[in-house]
Amino acid sequence: MQRCRGCQAHDREGAAGCLTGLAMPSEIAEFVIRFFVGGIVVSAFAVLAEIFRPKSFAGLFGAAPSIALATLGITIAHHGKTYAATEARSMVFGAIAFFCYASSVSWILMRVKPRVLPTTIALIPVWFAASFALWFVTSAITR
Amino acid sequence: MMVQAKFSALKGIKPREFALRFAFGGLVCVAAGLIAKSFGPAIGGLFLAFPAIFPAGASLVESHEKMHKARAGFDGTRRGRTVASIDSAGAAIGCIGLAGFAIVIWTLLPRWNTYNVFVLASLVWVTLSVGSWMIRKSRVFRR
Repeated sequence: MQRCRGCQAHDREGAAGCLTGLAMPSEIAEFVIRFFVGGIVVSAFAVLAEIFRPKSFAGLFGAAPSIALATLGITIAHHGKTYAATEARSMVFGAIAFFCYASSVSWILMRVKPRVLPTTIALIPVWFAASFALWFVTSAITR
Repeated sequence: MMVQAKFSALKGIKPREFALRFAFGGLVCVAAGLIAKSFGPAIGGLFLAFPAIFPAGASLVESHEKMHKARAGFDGTRRGRTVASIDSAGAAIGCIGLAGFAIVIWTLLPRWNTYNVFVLASLVWVTLSVGSWMIRKSRVFRR
């Protein structure tokens, strides 16, 4: 069996402690696992959003920590807890940016009533602007 | 307002829609990992709260509502966009829980047992999201 390159779990606990102890480079295995676990977790939350009524309550699942739940475990296994905690710190900014994005989508859809898919895609820059601005300001303050 | 779970709503979802969500979810999880690998965990962490399946989800909400109204003989275009707006407002409220989830992981993960931190973070997400939704729906915010 090929040893994983740069795998901290492998370094600490040997092959038995490695989630991706497969006969393939650990990075490929990590991304294959990320894809399938991510797909399953995100789909599961999408199912919950379909089941619940009223729609404002179902919308809560649109902002579920699905990507975090799917990937943080793999991140901890490969890079350790400190690395994952740093990711979670930035995730707070991402969540605030998501709030700005979802609020702007809701406001425009309610007031102007344009088509939904083009509107939600066109407003994605709101998320990028808000998240990177928050990250940049916080990095500048704490430097 | 009563929250209901309508399992019959799952029958209306086409396999193609499930596949779309699975693929989007998986791809965003892989992208988050690749970004963290290239630019570090501080930038990669932002993408743990990326509105990955939000545009697809909101668009499906619109089309389902439109289809529902069309069956009754009405043009559900405006109705579909209004429901998508309500769904987005729910997602904005859910972001409060998402930020709470991230804060718990960020502050407690380096010191506590991983499993306990994930359980606590998930509880914080549910409590903050549902609590915020209930406050928003309470008489205080009713117009």
